[in-house]
Amino acid sequence: MGRPQRVSRLGRRPRSGAAVLPYLLVLPTGFFVAVFTLWPTVRVAYDSLFLQNEAVQVPQFTGLGNYAALFADPAFRQVLFNTVIYVIVTVPISVALALVIALALNRRLRALGLFRLAFFYPAILPMVSAATIWLFMYAPGYGLVNVFLGILHLPGQNWLGSSDLALFALMVVGVWKQTGYFMIFYLAGLQGLSREIFEAAELDGASAIQTVRHITLPLLAGMTLFVTTIAVVNGFETVDQTYIMTGGGPTNATTMLLFDIWQTLFSFFDLGKASAMSVILIAVLLIFTVVNFSHLERRATYE
Amino acid sequence: MIAEQWRRLLAASATAVLAATLSACGGSAATAAPSAVALTFYYPVAVPGPITQLIDGYISKFEQQNPGITVKPVLSGGYPDTLTKIETTIKGGGTPPDVAVMLSTDLYSLVDSNAIQPLDSQIAAAGGNNYLNGFYPAFLANSRYQGHVWSLPFQRSTPVLYYNKDMFQAAGLDPSKGPANYQEMVADAQKLTKPDGSTWGIEISSDGIPYWLFQSFVIGNGSNVVGSAPNQVSFDTPQVVSALQDFADLSAKYHVMPSGILQWANMPNDFVAGKAAMIWHSSGSLANILKQAKFNVGVSYTVGEQGFGAPTGGGNLYMLKGIPADHQAAAWKFIQFMSSNDIQADWSMHTGYIAASPAAYQTAAMKAYLAKTPQASVAPDGLKYAKAELSAHDNAQVQKFLGDAVQAVLTGKSDPSSALQSAQQQATQLLSAFKN
Repeated sequence: MGRPQRVSRLGRRPRSGAAVLPYLLVLPTGFFVAVFTLWPTVRVAYDSLFLQNEAVQVPQFTGLGNYAALFADPAFRQVLFNTVIYVIVTVPISVALALVIALALNRRLRALGLFRLAFFYPAILPMVSAATIWLFMYAPGYGLVNVFLGILHLPGQNWLGSSDLALFALMVVGVWKQTGYFMIFYLAGLQGLSREIFEAAELDGASAIQTVRHITLPLLAGMTLFVTTIAVVNGFETVDQTYIMTGGGPTNATTMLLFDIWQTLFSFFDLGKASAMSVILIAVLLIFTVVNFSHLERRATYE
Repeated sequence: MIAEQWRRLLAASATAVLAATLSACGGSAATAAPSAVALTFYYPVAVPGPITQLIDGYISKFEQQNPGITVKPVLSGGYPDTLTKIETTIKGGGTPPDVAVMLSTDLYSLVDSNAIQPLDSQIAAAGGNNYLNGFYPAFLANSRYQGHVWSLPFQRSTPVLYYNKDMFQAAGLDPSKGPANYQEMVADAQKLTKPDGSTWGIEISSDGIPYWLFQSFVIGNGSNVVGSAPNQVSFDTPQVVSALQDFADLSAKYHVMPSGILQWANMPNDFVAGKAAMIWHSSGSLANILKQAKFNVGVSYTVGEQGFGAPTGGGNLYMLKGIPADHQAAAWKFIQFMSSNDIQADWSMHTGYIAASPAAYQTAAMKAYLAKTPQASVAPDGLKYAKAELSAHDNAQVQKFLGDAVQAVLTGKSDPSSALQSAQQQATQLLSAFKN
């Protein structure tokens, strides 16, 4: 992000020709962002102010009517709740697991490449294929998960067919899918750390736990914020596994925001309501990202 | 890194809109040579089997009989995908296909969004009521609206009860017939359920479109959930409440069915693997089940407390609105061809769909097939117990209200009475926006 302060720090005013060039350089990118991102965002905000659905084929201005209807609908409140719970549970677990695995694999091990590949593999699979595989693993009766529970003499469960378990079952898939991806970031971060600090800690007699807690974690804080941001955005964008594995059921127990937007637009053909939901999603992600980036920048200068 | 984050975020937030834009650009009609009429035909695949080869075969037969017309078949996914593709094409100002197979229950949605045209003049030219009377009346139940006929039956079905005759024999039950009502079905299932959990007496799925199989319970109770007009539904009558109680009791009270939501796609597998002694499934799965099962398969009717009952189901042939006049004539020829006796007989033999008309069962090929596969005559004979499938304005949403109520009760989150009352309220509120 080119900040004006940095230019003034150079101690001279930019010539007028130099001021045009940067804008010319970002023009192509700016064009695509405007056409494919900004314009649709403006358009979706505009559409959200109209009633436009199966009953109202010609758009009718309704102000904030779509928003009012959404927040009055207990099903939508449940969708928001599901989404937030999904994010709150999957993000810390994925990030923490990724860190632990990265720490474990950041050393000389036999078959190290194999381990790294094994943990990274889920990230390569398209979510739709992964969800289909998990669909069979969760199948009641003969699915791998229940077979495994049977070996441990635990009762099998109808994982996707129970209101209490289905969202949890989707969370497991989400964590499994993204942990390996975050692990790669942490591995990269770990390998960028200078060895001398760790040698100094060793000489001072710091235990492994002390080293991780007081040296590794603080040095990786920037990476943690970055990974957390991606994890939160991923969480709010969860849609594929819902579509493949549960269709949002039983009774909305696994319906999350993006799936609901898809369903409202492409199954119920309610453009106004789907637009209002999109605006809510945009707003949530925007607020989160702005807050997170202000942290990230502070942290970056601290480092 | 930060710029990358912003891009990601903005891209993410516009996903839904982009998707809309893209799919609106998706449907474009085939370009035609000036002398020939080139039709585009959308069809979904809803049952297992070599559907694409069958459709391609019918089309080449049609093209041979009708020089000057070519048909481009487009496999359009499942039923919901087909409807979505067509509705978004029309709303985006694109050219829809000429002919499409969509659910018979999509009728009101398609009329509301001005997507289809009535077939009255073509039907009148083909013989009017005489022509229409050739079809099973149950299959035209979802075709008439506002005094017009909007579609002809193509791939129609009802739920049927598949049962494992070998297991019936082993349990001391009569393998020549299935249960005659709900009480008998429970008693049979209790004898068939193995205490070690290796075989369940019955499995009835409740994911996807749970309202459909649930309608069998309701119609078997002598009632239905369909309202007297497309802006009305009847979800909370005592017969419907008691039907939902019956459905839930199979696992919660009688323990003859696994608990929770069961998946449609797993039912045939469970049945042919011997994990379920009886299942309710589409008659359209017959061919596939017969091919895979290593035991004698019995087919009977789905039941409620008062006896047999089932909703109709499946897809009809629609002509889309706004296609040129020469396309309309060709499209009607194609629709007539696809719903004709020979094609319907062949289609039925290879899939298990019920042929559109009784006459299709009098063709030589079909008679030979029925002699070999008597199970295939069960579904058409059962049409006398069949009533209309749930259909209303804003159909997908109305069906979901009922489906949600069914799932809430089956997962123990609600009782039938309050779940159905809430579904009725939601549907009534939604449908109040429609005048009739």
